[in-house]
Order: sequence, then C-alpha cells, then structure tokens
Amino acid sequence: MQKLLNWIDERFPLTALWKSQVAEYYAPKNFNFWYFFGSLALVVLVMQILTGIFLTMSYKPDATKAFESVEYIMRDVAGGWFIRYAHSTGATAFFMVVYLHMFRALLYGSYRRPRELLWIVGCFIYLALMAEAFFGYLLPWGQMSYWGAQVIVNLFSTVPIIGDDLGIWIRGDYTLSDVTLNRFFAFHVIAVPLVLLILVAVHLMALHEVGSNNPDGVEIKDTIDPVTGHPVDGIAFHPYYTVKDLVGVVVFLIFFSIVVFFWPDGGGYFLEANNFIPANPLQTPDHIAPVWYFTPYYAMLRAVPSFLNSQFWGVLVMGAAVVILFFLPWLDRGRVKSIRYRGSLYKGWLAAFVITFLILGYLGVVPVTVWGQFGEKIPVVGTADRATVIVRVLTVIYFLFFILMPWYTARDKTKAVPARVTGK
Amino acid sequence: MKPMTALLGFIVFAATLTVSAEESGLRLEPAPARRLDVLSLQRGARNFVNYCLNCHSAQYMRYNRLTDFAIGEQEIRDNLMFATDKLGSTMTVAMPRADAVAWFGAAPPDLSVEARVRGKDWLYSYLLGFYRDEKTVTGWNNLVFHNVSMPHVLWKLSGVQRLVETEYEDEGKAEAAVVAAEGLALAERINDHKYVVKTLTLEGAGTMRPVEYEAFVADLVNFLDYIGEPVRNERIKIGIAVLIYLGILLAFAYVLKRAYWKDVH
Repeated sequence: MQKLLNWIDERFPLTALWKSQVAEYYAPKNFNFWYFFGSLALVVLVMQILTGIFLTMSYKPDATKAFESVEYIMRDVAGGWFIRYAHSTGATAFFMVVYLHMFRALLYGSYRRPRELLWIVGCFIYLALMAEAFFGYLLPWGQMSYWGAQVIVNLFSTVPIIGDDLGIWIRGDYTLSDVTLNRFFAFHVIAVPLVLLILVAVHLMALHEVGSNNPDGVEIKDTIDPVTGHPVDGIAFHPYYTVKDLVGVVVFLIFFSIVVFFWPDGGGYFLEANNFIPANPLQTPDHIAPVWYFTPYYAMLRAVPSFLNSQFWGVLVMGAAVVILFFLPWLDRGRVKSIRYRGSLYKGWLAAFVITFLILGYLGVVPVTVWGQFGEKIPVVGTADRATVIVRVLTVIYFLFFILMPWYTARDKTKAVPARVTGK
Repeated sequence: MKPMTALLGFIVFAATLTVSAEESGLRLEPAPARRLDVLSLQRGARNFVNYCLNCHSAQYMRYNRLTDFAIGEQEIRDNLMFATDKLGSTMTVAMPRADAVAWFGAAPPDLSVEARVRGKDWLYSYLLGFYRDEKTVTGWNNLVFHNVSMPHVLWKLSGVQRLVETEYEDEGKAEAAVVAAEGLALAERINDHKYVVKTLTLEGAGTMRPVEYEAFVADLVNFLDYIGEPVRNERIKIGIAVLIYLGILLAFAYVLKRAYWKDVH
C-alpha cells in the first residue's frame, strides 16, 4: 500500500494535497452551531449531483413528454420517487443551508479582511445556485414551471431598447417552448453544475489559504505554538472536524429524511400544487409565486412601481439587492469582526435585516392583497395594498442595512477583543 | 446562542403568518379518506372505473397497480378493465380531446394527479357540491367550482340539490353562519353591508341515501388520492426505518466525536 502511495506521490502530490487541505489544515477549535453549514452545503451539492444523474437517466427534456416522464419516474422507475423527492427537497435544503451559511458570515464578520475574496467567490456560488434552481424548475414542465420561467424571462425583456430581442435570445423562440426547455435542460445538467463545482473548489482553496474565521473573530494564526509551528488554538481538520461534521451531517439527514419521506411537497412550498398541472401556454394561473427561496426578491420586484412606462426599475432593484452583497467586505468599517464584540448598533441593524428578509420572503409567496387595502381617508397610501406599501418600506430597510453600514459600524461602541479564542 | 433563538422566533412568527393567509369564504368538507383502508380503495377503484373513466383518464396509472389493493390480476381483467386487454396499460379513455372540447367546452382533465392539485378535501366537497341550476348549459352548477362545465353525472345516485341563499348584514354574522352550517357553506361579499351565505338542500332523493352517497364519494376520493401518489404508503414505511437507522447512526457518530475531542481543551 505504502509502495503504491509512493509511486503516486512521485507523479502526483496526493499525500501533500491531503495534508495541506485536510489532515494538516488547522481550523479554530471553537467552531459553534453555525459552522456546520459549510460542510453541509458540500454534502447537499454531492447529493444533488448524484440524484440528478439518476433523474437524467429517465427524464425526457421534450415539451410533449417532460411532465409524463416525471410521473413515470414517480411511479414506474424503481426507487424513482425517492430520487425525485431527494432532488426536489435537496433544492430547498441547499438554499436553507446556504442562507444559514451566509448568515453565519454576517454574525462573525467572516467576509472581512483577509477573507474578502472568499466572500466574493461565495456570492458567485449563490448566484450560480440561483441560476441552477431557476433552470431546474422549468424541467417538470408543470404550470408553475412554465409561468415562473415566463415571469423571469420577461424580466430580461424589460431591459430598455434590447429587451425584446434579449427575451427571444434567451427563449430561442417567441414564446417559452420546447426549444427553451431543451436549452434550460442543458444549462441545468451540465453548464451551471460545472461552474458551481469549479467555484466551490476555488471557495475551498481560498478558505484553506486564509484560514477559517471563528465565533470570536480572532485570527488564530497570530498565536503560533513555537514548538509545533501550528496555531495554538487550531486543531487539525481531520480527524477533529471530520468526526464533528459527521454528527452534523447525520442530524441534517434526519431533518432531510423527515421531509423526503413524510412531507415531500412541504405544504405546497417545496412542490407547488399547481405544478401537478401540465404546462399550458394558453392558461395563466391566478397566482404565480416562485419557490420560497426566491420570494424575498420577488416581493421587491412586484412592489417597485413602473416609472417612465417601464417595469425595468423593479428588475434593477431586485438585481441590486443581490449584487450589493458583493460589496459587504468594504462596507463594514467595524473595529471588530464578531457580533460578540459588536455594539448595539450593528446588532440592531442585523436583527432588522433578518426580520426584513423573512417578512419579504413571506410577502413574496402570497398575493399582494393578503393584508387588504389602506382606507380611502389615509393620505398618500389611501386604497393602496397594505402588503405592497410594507414591502416598499422593507426594501428600503434592506438596502439601508448595506448603505448605512460604513457609518453605523464605524460609530458602534465595540467591546475589547481577546487575544485568543474563548471557550463556547 | 441569542441570535439563534431570535432567528427561530422569527421563523415561528413567519409560520403563523402563513397559516392565517389560508382562510377563505369557502368551508370545505374534510374527506374521510383513509389510504390504508384497502376495502375503501377497492370500492373507489370500482366507482372510478364505472362512473369516471368514460370521460376522465388516469393516464399515468397502470391497471396492474390496482393489485396494491389486494385485487388479483384475473379480478382486474374481469371486473375493472373495459378498454384494454393488457394489464400493464394505463387508464386512458377513447374520447378524442377535440370532441371533448366541442361537447363540454373544456376537455375533462386527466385525474392521475388531480388529488395533488386540488387536495382530497376539495375533491370530496366538489363531488358533494353539485346543485340544480337552470341558468347553466348543463343544468347543473357547483358550490365549490362555480359554473363548472362538468354535468352532475352522479345525480341519479345523489338526488337533486338546490341552492339556499341567506343574506347577512355584516361579515361576522356571515362567517358565523358558515361555521354553524352543516355540510358545505360559502360566504360571499356583495358589498360592505350585504353578505350572502350559500348552502345546499336536498330537493329530490336519489337511489342512495345521503350517507350512502357520501360514503360512495369518500371511496372515490380515497382512490383518487391514492393514484395521485401510489408510493405514499411505502414511502412512509421506509421513512420510519430510515429514521430509526439515522437515530442509531447519530448515537455512534456522537460517541465517536466525543472520543476524538477528549484531548481538545
């Protein structure tokens, strides 16, 4: 065995790679609950690729057969129902895990110097994930698939001057059709996954270059053990974090299995009821709602009024809401990284941001009339949909969290940061 | 752990908002459908094949899947297959789509996954919701699906129902009436001072007593619910085994972690 390993090592740095990335990668010893979600995202990615491969074996990317082939997978393919539910639940799980992973970065300032590039690569992963989910959602070719994709492609059609041509270029047709389905299939099963895999590899390499942040926001590389030359507060990723993450993976799988086996449609939020109706280009559903992970942005899109005869402003706001994430490392001027040593200003804004995001997410699922209208006698907002006005206010709060960040983080009354990591 | 607690709090808050959004003026009758009740599923299959399968297909459902209900292959051939002689065929209908559109205004939908679109309570209420209405083309209307193009094909069994409309002055009283009504009830807002509550009453008896008809529909809906996702019973059975396995694995994984982490201080 050792001989074989030597033979390989002379030709490929296998042992060196294993040591640098896993066995001798020193991670802070004080990771808490929030640090499970990175490894979980990787697990979900692998699961999605595996189930995806098996789905591809029976799915037919053909407008006349797609819906039928999904039902064929659900009924006649051995274990097909499990593969399909694992894949559809996996999409939801992926976004939940990634949102929690991103929230962790907000809590502990993981995007701060020297991890700016790590954060930016992560943002690109988030974008790729959104594209992947969007392309994949068309494939079952149900009513929600069709009309959801219609709404998103129409966003590009609102771009001034080139919009109409852009829409046709994306669809490959004048309407969403078999041509569109085929190219979305190509994007979903090979183009975007390839990009995603490369980005994840870069994300991991960048992480192992700069080292992991931790709940105290202290750089463990600043305190090196003179004897071993390793960080005093660092422990080898393997075996310490492999065995710890294994516990996290099993707990995750328990939650995942509860959904897959007992609640696969997620009350209509993971698999929408209307998506069990085959796509019908001649019949628009009464209420089109995207899957839950896009709804905060969808709420913003719907609430921005048209201006100068163009709907493009909503698209701009929605796009800006995602793009602004990229600038986070330079917007944060705080003297400390971790929320443990931040003052009440940052804590307050972060709380407001989280509440805003969740309420926007909820309001993106339901019709705009959900909370009724303001009375006629109220000035300015009279007769307007309450939900729409609230979304507008929340959209402003969402952006203020970022735009005012240089100001409130710099002014915040921070606590003293210890030189080394503390216990839990 | 404070931010985590807060986050969980918001998720619970958001979940309560979702629940409150599902209210509407229509009160559906809960379907007494039990997916483990094999006898009910057998009756449902019989009802479906005899009363629905002439116009409605279930084109993703294969005849041989009826063996799930403890029916033998020969029994399926003898009693449930009229349109084909191949046991592996799906439940299709001979009526061309174009004819169906010409005759009914809309083609009768395929019912393979209808229960997943509508929900079993909706289907149950819908089949109980037909009433006589001379103003429509078919002579029938439906409390659950207004101006539906499907005629009430089961009227000989159910008898004939009539619509009863009661006016109320405010929303609260109308809602109270809907809650108090036995059977289906629908509240409609005409204007701020006028609300109408619609209920149904039996005018002419059918060959079945109302209780019998309700049981007939319940079996049928049970069958439709089953074919919407034939794997469901198996899925739940496997799921329990998977959770037991993961529970044991969790204990081992945790002990392993503890053992390795003993020397981390």
